Amino acid sequence: MIELSHIDRHFQVGDQRVKALDDINLHIGAGEYVSIMGPSGSGKSTLLNLIGLLDRPSAGSYRLDGTDVTALSDVEQAQVRNSQIGFVFQMFHLVPRLTAAENVALPLLLAGMTAEARQPLVASALEALGMADRSHHRPEQLSGGQRQRVAIARATVTKPRVLLADEPTGNLDQKAGGDVLAILEGLVDAGITLIMVTHDPAMGGRAQRQLAMRDGRLVSDEQGSPHGDP
Amino acid sequence: MKTADFLSLTGSSLLAHRLRSLLTALGIAVGIGAVVLLTSIGEGLQQFVLAQFTQFGTTIVAVNPGKATTAGTSAGVFGTERPLTIEDAIALEQLPYARAVVPFVQGNAAVEYAGLSRRTTIYGAGPAMPEAFRMAVAIGGFLPEDDPTAPRALAVLGSKLRGELFRDENSLGRRITIAGSRFRVVGVMAAKGTVLGFDLDDTVYIPAARAMSLFNVNGLIEIDVMYDEDTKVETVVEGIRRVLTARHGRDDVTITTQQQMLDVLGGVLDVLTFAVAAIGSVSLLVGAIGIVTIMTIAVNERRNEIGLLRALGARQSQVLSLFLGEAIVLAAAGGLAGLLLGTGLGQLLQFAIPALPVQPSLFYVVLAESIAITIGLLAGVLPARRAARLDPVEALRAE
Repeated sequence: MIELSHIDRHFQVGDQRVKALDDINLHIGAGEYVSIMGPSGSGKSTLLNLIGLLDRPSAGSYRLDGTDVTALSDVEQAQVRNSQIGFVFQMFHLVPRLTAAENVALPLLLAGMTAEARQPLVASALEALGMADRSHHRPEQLSGGQRQRVAIARATVTKPRVLLADEPTGNLDQKAGGDVLAILEGLVDAGITLIMVTHDPAMGGRAQRQLAMRDGRLVSDEQGSPHGDP
Repeated sequence: MKTADFLSLTGSSLLAHRLRSLLTALGIAVGIGAVVLLTSIGEGLQQFVLAQFTQFGTTIVAVNPGKATTAGTSAGVFGTERPLTIEDAIALEQLPYARAVVPFVQGNAAVEYAGLSRRTTIYGAGPAMPEAFRMAVAIGGFLPEDDPTAPRALAVLGSKLRGELFRDENSLGRRITIAGSRFRVVGVMAAKGTVLGFDLDDTVYIPAARAMSLFNVNGLIEIDVMYDEDTKVETVVEGIRRVLTARHGRDDVTITTQQQMLDVLGGVLDVLTFAVAAIGSVSLLVGAIGIVTIMTIAVNERRNEIGLLRALGARQSQVLSLFLGEAIVLAAAGGLAGLLLGTGLGQLLQFAIPALPVQPSLFYVVLAESIAITIGLLAGVLPARRAARLDPVEALRAE
């Protein structure tokens, strides 16, 4: 489903050229649960952003479902992000002035769906995450764990095939983090492709497939046990 | 994105910073308010002045003795031109399109009746004057069609003078004394008010030939020709010039059309209105800078949100229009408030100083609101473009 071949991504920092990604070759099938681990600066977030079409590779090809998506225009990439990819961020990134329901509705609204059409979708997405009774709360009125659940509802309301999570529990305490992870793994069970970036080996170890990165290179690719029982 | 969603997103971000939005819109409101108020006064002034002139009708041509020259002094000072006479006026009446010809002499004299005396303006005029100048006679009639060169000693009073001299008494048929000569009152004019400082009701009208001998002058100060509306003014001017040149042996008169006077006056007043509008625009410019500032700050503050929207599938153009929309809504709301402010102050001013006419001009009102929206558009373009071009990865990472 996701095919990366010979992907390079470098940045110009001053007069130095920094290779954030160096010859990445990766194939991820539909429904896989993949964790990407590595120290900070190893390029794991850059890889995730690239898979999420927020960034373009300097070289190499990226095929999503057989289509070369690096060749798509800005508008077409936006369309792919909107319909096929869901993002979950460490910082939640909820719009503070909008209610939980309004935040969840954003991707549908950007796609041009009417308020009537999106209302049931938003309600069921919030319901699935146990946030139905908080739909009219603003982010500031919610706990960290609740905010991340709203963010997951927003990422899944368009029924994407790929869910990209960048340190989804990084800003949460142990308990809330565990809840969020359980929710994400529940989505995997329901068939979604989950790619999660983390620097926490305990979390990353739970994935079926564990990638490790160092200095922009993939250094290991291991198959673990499902939901990695220790 | 649906329009309703677009508006509610835009509105929500403006409402999230109520005070800030209010103050920014206020900047535009003050600018638009100033433009509306100043142009209302300018427009009111213009209409007032033009109304003062056109109340006498627009199909009038004035003939004055002497050539208006660029030398600054009328050639008449040297006595080389022939005076305009009653006979000239009679000759002009022969023109086919001349509906009314009024010879004019003006002077000041004491008017006496039954021991009361009042110094006032005396107009020597012809019987056609009410028609030419759209003036109405209230009581009796105007000066009758006598022999213009030897008319009877009759007088028509302005309404104010009649009141001063006769109080409640009937004035028709009474004899008054003007500068020692006796005149019989045959009519009283309807009240006309003042025009540019001249009180048209504090006057006496007597036959022009009588006035010339009364003031001991050998010429008229003006002959006014009212012509048919169907005739072109150039034809009239040409005709008058031909007749008088033939009579005087050369072209020694100045002919001024009402339209010329109105054009010049209108041009001056237009420039005046435009000038005050320009002054008001300076404050609009300041308001526009306020919008640029606030929108730049907003884009900076909301980089996370911009990155998020892009990640959720917003196109660059959607981000652009969202921020542009905010700038336009700010400016348009400010513009509307400014319209209310400007017209409100105008009404207040009208109430306080009734003599100063305040006329909100629809043209300038529409123009002002269009300008406000355009300002929002222009002021919003730079910040909005910056927002749209942000790298989503960078934007999401911003603190």
